[in-house]
Amino acid sequence: MAGEFLAQFGKNRLAVIGGILVLILFVVAISAPFVAPYEPDYIDRYHILEPPSRLHPLGTDDLGRDVLSRILYGAGVSLSVGFVAVGLSTLIGIIFGAIAGYYGGIVDRIIMRFVDVMLSIPTFFLILTVIAFVGPSIWNIMIIIGVTSWMGVARLVRAEFLSLKSREFVLAARAIGASDWRIIFRHMLPNSLAPVIVSAVLGVASAVLIESSLSFLGLGVQPPRPSWGNILTAGKANIEIAWWLSVFPGLCILITVLSYNLLGEGLRDALDPRLRERR
Amino acid sequence: MELLKTENLKKHYEIKEGILGKSHTLRALDGVSITVEKNRVFAIVGESGSGKSTLARVVLRLTKPTGGRVFFKGKEVFSLKGEDLKAFRRAVQVVFQDPFASLNPRMSIFSTLSEPFKVHGLSSGRRLRDDVAQLLESVGLKAEHMDRYPHQFSGGQRQRICIARALALSPELIVADEPLSSLDVSIQAQILNLLTELKEKRELSYLFISHDLNVVHYFADRVAVMYAGKVVEEAGAEELFQRPLHPYTELLLDAVPKMRLSAGTQQRGHKRVTESVYPEDKPGSKGCSFLPRCPKQKGICATEEPLLKEHGDRKVACHLY
Repeated sequence: MAGEFLAQFGKNRLAVIGGILVLILFVVAISAPFVAPYEPDYIDRYHILEPPSRLHPLGTDDLGRDVLSRILYGAGVSLSVGFVAVGLSTLIGIIFGAIAGYYGGIVDRIIMRFVDVMLSIPTFFLILTVIAFVGPSIWNIMIIIGVTSWMGVARLVRAEFLSLKSREFVLAARAIGASDWRIIFRHMLPNSLAPVIVSAVLGVASAVLIESSLSFLGLGVQPPRPSWGNILTAGKANIEIAWWLSVFPGLCILITVLSYNLLGEGLRDALDPRLRERR
Repeated sequence: MELLKTENLKKHYEIKEGILGKSHTLRALDGVSITVEKNRVFAIVGESGSGKSTLARVVLRLTKPTGGRVFFKGKEVFSLKGEDLKAFRRAVQVVFQDPFASLNPRMSIFSTLSEPFKVHGLSSGRRLRDDVAQLLESVGLKAEHMDRYPHQFSGGQRQRICIARALALSPELIVADEPLSSLDVSIQAQILNLLTELKEKRELSYLFISHDLNVVHYFADRVAVMYAGKVVEEAGAEELFQRPLHPYTELLLDAVPKMRLSAGTQQRGHKRVTESVYPEDKPGSKGCSFLPRCPKQKGICATEEPLLKEHGDRKVACHLY
């Protein structure tokens, strides 16, 4: 099964490229303290708003900080926000989806109506409002993105559970006398994870985007801590005289989101046999 | 000795058309009373949609009936709790039709077969591996197969694994819901032999659900014929096959392809099998549910529903008798 999956995945060149880019981003994020030429908040008073040069490969910002170093450190911030937020939203989604799909009836109806209500609220404005109350910090952002983006996962897991509930191996487990707990965790969850993994990978992309947007608006990661979004903010003020301040972090966001999307879609195609047949 | 008994079992499904549409009732089971004796094979036959599998699921306590009761060794199955329920789970096991859907694709054979022992706390540690090995050997598989995954086995082998899982708890009754239908004919014979052998060795009883009348003739002691959620005829297997009473039973027997019959009889048989009529198609009708397909109908059939009546050692629900 794993071999077949890898073969399918390997056929999709774009997905493989996405996967490689994601790996590179990881390495970069982890190794930032070792490869960055400067500390992210080191101020070079003699080189303010300088274009890319030998000394500062991607130029400097309005305070004379090295853009390359800030982007490298910012990668870790963006990715950790992406992962923690998605981890949280996936966990919440699995719990609600599993309960709704397994127990059905009134429990299902209440949970799914709650999902509908959550989906009808524009997420970004909800996040802005909540941030305005609790104050911007990297942890608050992770948690808020997590608790406002679990609905898709809940729907996926619920749908999988509904179809698995009447499958023979689940009925056989019930006939053996296995507990609900055991049936959910040993039989149903492992068989419903494929679409969840896909949606989690795609979710990282959108979490990175939300984090960047928030930081850009000044409601995300707070300076002096670097994040791609707040480097862009500095870039916006100086866009007419310092293009490098906007272009490089922008490119980073673009590449990250694109590579997660490519990877996610590749995984979906390789994991979903129905889609596979159509190709 | 009486092992399993159902009393006037009913399972109705409300089917809604759209959100505001009228709902009507599908009577999957409509007053089924059967009795399975110890160490006997009680077969249920009937076409798809006749409620056979629903009966299996209710008897296994996997689906709640709308009405009626199920007794296992004199105890009402749906009111069992705690230890009594665990004992019932050990005593009544199931083998399903599709061996590909019956095994968790992400669990090794060892995990699948050790689950019953773990759930009931019957075995653990090293002894668990021995128990699973023994189980595999008892269904004609090798002990070294236990670390493989379901997709590495053929349909027949998987069905053996499913049977092994059912045997793990040393049950008294196995509910077999079309256990042969999705297998090749040669494999069917092997599995049937295995089921027969296990019946002798372990003094098992079977509630055997099938639409293959040849298999039922060979394997069953007593047969109930179901039509539209009702038992229309019940008799000893030999009697039923020698002399069917209900017109529907006749129709079923005629539809069985027999190699030795002349071409003419076969053709007649095929022609007589008419479109099946599902129970939902007759809301509120009073007469016999088999009426639209019955070649022997009389006036009373349209107005009065025939009840299942004793007829010597057998039962039949038809106005002809």
